[in-house]
Amino acid sequence: MELVTPSIGLIFWTTLVFLILLFVLGKYAWKPMLSAVKEREASIEDALRAAEKAREDIQKLTSDNEKLLQEARLERDKIIKEAAQAANLLRQEAADRASAEAAQILQKARTAIDTEKESAKAEIRTLVAQLSLEIAEKILRSELKNDQKNQDLVQTYLKESKLN
Amino acid sequence: MIESRLTRNRNFFCFLSFVLFLGFFSIGSASAATESSESAAFDPKELIMHHVADAHEFHILGEGDRSVSLPLPIILWTDQGLVTFLSSEFHHDDQGKHVVEKNGVKLLKYHEKIYYADENGALQLDSEGHPLNAKPWDFSITKNVFSLFLSAILLLLIFIPVASSYKRNQGIPRGLSGFMEPLVVYVRDEIARPNIGEKKYLKYMPYLLTAFFFIWINNLIGLIPFFPFSANLTGNIAFTLTLAMFTAVITNFSGTKSYWGHIFKPAVPSWLYIIMIPVELIGVISKPFALMIRLFANITAGHIIILSLISLIFIFKTILIAPVSIGFVLFINTIELLVAALQAFIFTLLSALFIGMAVEEHDEHH
Repeated sequence: MELVTPSIGLIFWTTLVFLILLFVLGKYAWKPMLSAVKEREASIEDALRAAEKAREDIQKLTSDNEKLLQEARLERDKIIKEAAQAANLLRQEAADRASAEAAQILQKARTAIDTEKESAKAEIRTLVAQLSLEIAEKILRSELKNDQKNQDLVQTYLKESKLN
Repeated sequence: MIESRLTRNRNFFCFLSFVLFLGFFSIGSASAATESSESAAFDPKELIMHHVADAHEFHILGEGDRSVSLPLPIILWTDQGLVTFLSSEFHHDDQGKHVVEKNGVKLLKYHEKIYYADENGALQLDSEGHPLNAKPWDFSITKNVFSLFLSAILLLLIFIPVASSYKRNQGIPRGLSGFMEPLVVYVRDEIARPNIGEKKYLKYMPYLLTAFFFIWINNLIGLIPFFPFSANLTGNIAFTLTLAMFTAVITNFSGTKSYWGHIFKPAVPSWLYIIMIPVELIGVISKPFALMIRLFANITAGHIIILSLISLIFIFKTILIAPVSIGFVLFINTIELLVAALQAFIFTLLSALFIGMAVEEHDEHH
């Protein structure tokens, strides 16, 4: 029974000592210790976060570079393509122009030939008429005297040929 | 080389024989003491209770009149006001025979308690041997109070330099701090945070840490079997009562609306209130009561087991039983070392749990 009977003296001293301990340790031990631990944890966390951020930055930078490179590559391809197109166009144009010119020249030649042909035809026709007349005159001179009938006939023929 | 090893061996043997000699001597003297008081047979119960209970003087060594002990101050609040004197004035009398007269008050000591002497300067016992005399208010510095001061000084000597070393080392724990910091962090991360919650735990950290280390160091002091340690402070009901009261006061003063609502307006049909409210109120009392009993019983039980095993030697009155006793004592002592930390942990954990239940903000869910 004595064991489980609390004595007032020990309760008093325990309360007093515990309160003093609570106050003194709380102020001079637990608070600095806990804040030091907390500070360290915070700095570790910060460092970890900074490392993570740096890693992300580097990754971003790498991907940016990659993107830039890709863009440059695309640009290059585009330029080459455009140049090829332009060259093609130029060649096409030159060819077109050449063929057009050739056609024009051909056309001109054809026109000239036609004109020449026409004039030659007319000349031939006149020459033929003249020749025919001369031949006829000669024939008539030799074979015919002034024969009105023949004269009329010739005239008629001539008319016919002219009409042709 | 060989020579130094030889001297070391010789030193070792010297030490060993010294220890053996001491051992035989102490057992011899103890048995001599029991022999001398042949009339009074060896009473293990009395011995154990004497060692487990509080005392007004700190026994260091020796038996009877030859014993050496540290007298401790006796502080009494009597009918005549404050009375103080050293316990040595009782001349080691614990049977209520030696009367000390101070400030006109006659006092005597019986089984480590101070009583007023009656007009004849004697002690009246009832049929069961319990004193009938009145007692003054006893605020003496007893063996346990002495141990209390010692533990408080040790705690201050350990933790204040540890805490101040952080500033010196730019927040890096070195030396003793490296050993103490994990313990502090353990209390914070394994006891306070999970049980009280992230938002409120910091406010209760000083109490939990102080209680944890205070109980632990006193448990350990109780296990060391010689002066100035060995007091059974944490196995004293007054001590555990006080600490349990601290937890109870903190718990109830930090109780939120939902905590009190749980007690006075439990989520049951209102006709059940007549049963539920008393049950909940008993819960308020029983929580710290369990804390008090658990620590007291565990530590006292450990001391009683060890003392019983030692008593076996004197019960069987043969030295042959000594190796068995010593072996078992060593075994129990190792377990007690674990129990010392475990009980400090459990007390702190349950305190945190009770506080956590009181500060919890939640909707009724059961």
